Amino acid sequence: MPNQPGPSAPNNAVIEFRGVSLRYDNGHAGLDQATFAIERSDFVFMIGSTGSGKSTVMRLLIKELEPQDGVIRVAGRDLSSIPRKQVPFYRRNIGVVFQDFKLLPNRTVYDNVAYALQVTGHSRREIREKVPDVLRLTGLSTKLHNYPDQLSGGEQQRVSIARAFVNHPPLLLADEPTGNLDPETSIDIMRLLYRINRTGTTVLVATHDHAMVDKMRRRVLELSQGRIVRDEATGLYERDESTREFVSRLRTGDDDRPDGI
Amino acid sequence: MKPNVKANFNFAFFLRESMRAMRRNAAPSFAALATVTVTLIVVGVFIPIVQATRGAADSVRARVEVEVYAKERATPAADARILAELKALPNVQKVVFESKAQALAAAKKQDPAAYALLSSNPLPDTFHIYPSNANDALPIRQAILGVGNKSDGHAKLDREIATVSNHTDDTQKLLTVTRFVTITAALLAALLTIASVLLIGNTIRLSLFARRREIEVMKLVGATDWFIRWPFVIEGTIVGALGAVGAIVVLGVTKLALLDPLASNWTLIAAPRTISFISLVLVLVLSGVCVSALGSGMSLRRFLRV
Repeated sequence: MPNQPGPSAPNNAVIEFRGVSLRYDNGHAGLDQATFAIERSDFVFMIGSTGSGKSTVMRLLIKELEPQDGVIRVAGRDLSSIPRKQVPFYRRNIGVVFQDFKLLPNRTVYDNVAYALQVTGHSRREIREKVPDVLRLTGLSTKLHNYPDQLSGGEQQRVSIARAFVNHPPLLLADEPTGNLDPETSIDIMRLLYRINRTGTTVLVATHDHAMVDKMRRRVLELSQGRIVRDEATGLYERDESTREFVSRLRTGDDDRPDGI
Repeated sequence: MKPNVKANFNFAFFLRESMRAMRRNAAPSFAALATVTVTLIVVGVFIPIVQATRGAADSVRARVEVEVYAKERATPAADARILAELKALPNVQKVVFESKAQALAAAKKQDPAAYALLSSNPLPDTFHIYPSNANDALPIRQAILGVGNKSDGHAKLDREIATVSNHTDDTQKLLTVTRFVTITAALLAALLTIASVLLIGNTIRLSLFARRREIEVMKLVGATDWFIRWPFVIEGTIVGALGAVGAIVVLGVTKLALLDPLASNWTLIAAPRTISFISLVLVLVLSGVCVSALGSGMSLRRFLRV
């Protein structure tokens, strides 16, 4: 992975927020003059308590909301220049994972993932090739024909990650992906996200789990009342560490049993 | 990311999607189907009823005429002149001349006993004037008599005219009643149409509301509005068509079992000309499909704003 640590050149940024502000109708400040940039292939955490603006950032990035002020660029493209009709095509370049999974309840695991490809007009042959691949990556090969309500929370989140990743988007957003999951399952999900990041996908994870973030030692953006109050893009961590090292570090402090990846 | 800008209208896929949706949301789909069926049955019953009512009113109005009687001594030349003058009046559709002899023959046919006793023919030459619109009957009568002139008849259209039939009151009543019937029928038809559209639209909206989360997810993975909409429109078309077929079966059975025996025994019922069953079938299928497909597509708009 050609990663250049160092000062972020704006043209290399996948995500760039410059002076972005958004105030909701009820007067609540969603974001207040937020400025930050995230480089290609980076893995970044966004932390902050409920209502601090994490979800606002996510919703701005998928163009569900429009900022009242400031400029948002994704891969160099100003989001305000994308007309409404083009939004679906823009969204296909972004994988999104939510706390509540947002799976289609009346489709099997296979069909849920396949839908993301059907939307983009892939042929049935391509779908038959790609879907099993991504489900193997996420460890769901045995659950192809189950419906979401037959799966555990962790498994459902894996399906939603598989769906987000099946198009191999350059950017993956995860909004509280472990919010509904127990700690052990959360580590599994983080490992999966890290593995996806290792393929070159930029990953942005919003969470309020400080403990997990501290252990992972990735770059951290902290939001409070719509403001960026911390941005630690320091070289605290090894960028190219293996998934195994990554996970073992997550587990330290819990227990030291060897993990069996 | 490969640019995938090809317009992907994959009918087989959309059809499969809508079939899946109907199978998986059986209850709302059935509710929509039942609504369409019931509404179309009502419409199907109502269309012939409205038509029969209007037909009856029209046939009554068509019988409104003004009769002009010539004087006893009128010559054939005078009759011809009167005929021409009457025809020249505005709003006259046609004038039928009935000579003394014809009038007597017609009267004899109606009541042979009464006329058998007569030695001479007491009936005058008669002109039947049919106005182009029943409402014009009274103005025509006034034009023949001479408007506003109450003197002894010198202002009449022609010297040789003896009298003009006087059914002013009857005609007036007839006109009022038939107009009322026609307007009421039209009003009821309009109300029924609005009610049907609202009812079907509401049912569709309800079934869409149950699936709004699904639509939200579709939008999140980058489905275009039409990609989401097509299965719903196809589903609406299928539901509308099935509902129409159901309504037609019910109506057809009713017609064969109840109406046809009645109509053959009792000619009165068959009298007014109504829509043929084939056209009724076409109207019902078309309106069912259109309302339900359009309803689905348009109700969806609200949920697509994500």
